[in-house]
Amino acid sequence: MMDFFTPNVYSYLAVSALMFALGAVGVMTRRNGIVVFMCIELMLNAVNLALITFSRMHNDPAGSILVFFVMCVAAAEAVVGLSIVLAIFRNKLNIDINQVNIFKW
Amino acid sequence: MVSLESLIVLLPLLGAVIIGLGGLANAAFRKQEGLIGWLASAMVLIPFGIVLTRFFGYQNMPLSFSLFSWMQAGGLDISFSYKLDDLSLPMMLVVTGVGALIHIYSIGYMHKDPGFYKFFAYLNLFIFAMSNLIMADNLVVMFLGWEGVGLCSYLLIGFWYTDMIKAEAAQKAFIVNRIGDFAMLVAMFLIYQMFGTLDFSLINAEAANPVAEAAGNRYFWITLLVFVAATGKSAQIPLFTWLPDAMAGPTPVSALIHAATMVTAGIYLIVRLNPLFLASPEVLMVIVVIAALTSVMAALTAIAQNDIKKVLAYSTVSQLGFMFMALGAGAFTTAIFHVITHAFFKACLFLGSGSVIHAMEHAHAAEDPQDIRTMGNLGKDMKSTSLTFWISTLAIAGIPGLAGFFSKDEILSSLFFNGFENQVYFAVWAVGLFTAILTAFYMTRLAWLTFNGKARYKTGAHIHESAPLMTIPLWILAVLAVLGGYIGLPYLIGHGEFHLFNHWLGDLVVNRDLHHALEEHAVFEYLLLALAFIVSIGTVLFARNLYSKHDLAADDKVKGFFGKFYGVMAGKFFWDELYDTILVRPFAWIGSKLLRPFESDGVDGIVTGAGSAVAGIGEVFRRLQSGLVSNYMVLISGGVLLVLTYLIFG
Amino acid sequence: MVEIILFWLFSILGIAGAVGLIFNRNPIYAALSLIINFFSIAGLYLSLRAEFLAVIQILVYAGAIMVLFLFVIMLLNLQTEEKAEKFDAKRGIAFLFGLAFAAEMIYALRSFASEGQTPLAAQFDYGQVEPIGRSLMTSFLFPFEMISVVLLAALIGAIVVARKHTYT
Repeated sequence: MMDFFTPNVYSYLAVSALMFALGAVGVMTRRNGIVVFMCIELMLNAVNLALITFSRMHNDPAGSILVFFVMCVAAAEAVVGLSIVLAIFRNKLNIDINQVNIFKW
Repeated sequence: MVSLESLIVLLPLLGAVIIGLGGLANAAFRKQEGLIGWLASAMVLIPFGIVLTRFFGYQNMPLSFSLFSWMQAGGLDISFSYKLDDLSLPMMLVVTGVGALIHIYSIGYMHKDPGFYKFFAYLNLFIFAMSNLIMADNLVVMFLGWEGVGLCSYLLIGFWYTDMIKAEAAQKAFIVNRIGDFAMLVAMFLIYQMFGTLDFSLINAEAANPVAEAAGNRYFWITLLVFVAATGKSAQIPLFTWLPDAMAGPTPVSALIHAATMVTAGIYLIVRLNPLFLASPEVLMVIVVIAALTSVMAALTAIAQNDIKKVLAYSTVSQLGFMFMALGAGAFTTAIFHVITHAFFKACLFLGSGSVIHAMEHAHAAEDPQDIRTMGNLGKDMKSTSLTFWISTLAIAGIPGLAGFFSKDEILSSLFFNGFENQVYFAVWAVGLFTAILTAFYMTRLAWLTFNGKARYKTGAHIHESAPLMTIPLWILAVLAVLGGYIGLPYLIGHGEFHLFNHWLGDLVVNRDLHHALEEHAVFEYLLLALAFIVSIGTVLFARNLYSKHDLAADDKVKGFFGKFYGVMAGKFFWDELYDTILVRPFAWIGSKLLRPFESDGVDGIVTGAGSAVAGIGEVFRRLQSGLVSNYMVLISGGVLLVLTYLIFG
Repeated sequence: MVEIILFWLFSILGIAGAVGLIFNRNPIYAALSLIINFFSIAGLYLSLRAEFLAVIQILVYAGAIMVLFLFVIMLLNLQTEEKAEKFDAKRGIAFLFGLAFAAEMIYALRSFASEGQTPLAAQFDYGQVEPIGRSLMTSFLFPFEMISVVLLAALIGAIVVARKHTYT
């Protein structure tokens, strides 16, 4: 009984996959630009979780370091992304990404 | 490692690249005529020097060198390999030697021409291609040179391409040559099929094998096709029509390419493959007959021409006919001998005519600076040109002691002694003798009307001798035209003991064996020599007297002599008209009829159809580009899912 | 035992946060759900003995990035996203894809479920600040430096993109 509840690598990976899928669904369904953006952050975190799990499993620092870098890039990305959201808001007065489609055919 | 010999090939190419690209890139460089001209000349003079040292240090061992492997496919292994042997050494001496002289001459001739740099780039490129042609160790590299000289010929004939007539002459030369090149290609395919190799030495060794010889005329088609290729490059019936028109190019080009070197490529090729030709006597018969016809036809045409370069052009065709007659008689060394002597005097004649044209143009002495009817008495003001031109004229006329006498006499005697085996050769010999008479006649007419007699150009025009840069090459060539024949003294003197040239070539080039006939009918040898003496001197004196007495009016006497036939001669035997009627116009007509169904509807239809099909498909699929991020995300997810599914379950 | 509790607590909480993120139509609530998710992930890191990264997760994500998000949301005074039309095929497909993806991943990773590979039994030497710092300054020095360049570029880029253009 206890064995089932004892977490192993698979448990963490499954949680990670679930979160990733949820994030992807969010990107596909939401129309608010900031929320889409947050969903992307969620996907990044899901991947981070998997990375640390592997790092722990192999007792190797590379995974942890990579997570560190991903966080840095995510921070940079958040800054740039939010300023883009601001620029869009300034032009359109909302941030509904379904209305940002000037690259349409 | 670059050996010294490889510089022979590489230097002219380097010169062409430097001058061509430099001139294209930099306007100031284009104006450096001295630099360009002497650089180009050096790129030919240095190879000449190298060839000269190799020639005198020759130890009967061919010098081979290879640059790199070109292509390998199955049993086919073609590399850029060259060979300096008995045959290619003297040819290279002529090409680089005469080539260098003509380069130097051109510095004076092309002075102030806007395309100066282009001219020298092309000339160097030509020398490169010609070296490839001559030194090539296999047929493919030879063919590269063969096409290369054709290209340079095209570029240089159409050098003044703004003149439509000249541009068309260039096209004509290129297209007519293409026919010969096609035959060459097919011949190469056949050779590869039969011998399994394209190396000259291997082919010749195989062909000289008596066992193979006994197998009959297996080589008939190969040799016939090679001959057709040679008629294209070396201007024989039926593909000679381009050569007279090729005179549209600058005169140094006519001298170098269309008289001294390129047009002898066909002869060189046949000599190179001489064992093949010796093994197919039928083709030799075809060659000798066609050569005789070409030769006499061109000589007759030359009598009735008034353009100084046209006369020389038909004279070239006629002399090439002589060389082919020698080939047809199996006298391969004699043909090369005549190639060399002819290169000297014909280059000298062409450069002399260039000097004349140059002078006429500068003095604005006549409407057409090439029409001999508007010249006359130019020798008064152009001593060097006149003297060298006369020397070369006498040489080509076969005056004893000059170069043309030795080689032409050798050709005629080899034809004659072949007659004891096969009577056809007697007839060819008669035609050859007649042509020799005609040659002496029209060359004397040309020289006399140009340099002697009454001055017929505009009064008051000041004719000037050309600069030393142009006359020095003339003198060198004239000296060679005098001395060039002594490398091949007649059989009569010491039974061929003193025929240095035959000894030189002897190992590589095997003539048809005529010793038997020569010994048996030795008396004819004396008769032939005597005949040559009488005919050449007599004809020259006769023509000189005729034209000095009547001046230009003597042409009417010639016209009276030939009667109606003179019209045919003046009309160049109507070859151009014939080709126009049976080939060009039917093609044009078919083309005009087929233009709409094939070109506009067929080909264009397919092309535009392909375009509109793409446009139609794009019209459908561009709907995917909705511009909505979420849509793209859905599509990406779908793709990722597909890949995942494949990886897990696939 | 503690790890078991930590794991179940934080994984359920984290997935709940994620679900809250994608279903809350008010962006403020969505952001708060995401913060819950980030905290839970930090907890999961702790359960994996990655103490340093857990702290960083809270500092950088929950602390800095999410505050920035909230700040922007409030700055723009965003309205609640209006409810989608009655039937949206794309929405259905999106959920289907998400479900299929999760199912396939969980199926594909099943080999990790085998015995003897439980991470908690193994030792982990790289959770502390010191070993991570040592790695950063030795094996990963170059990417570490590059990251600072990336951050600088993002800094400048954000200013350039977000400032009011005057077009003089």
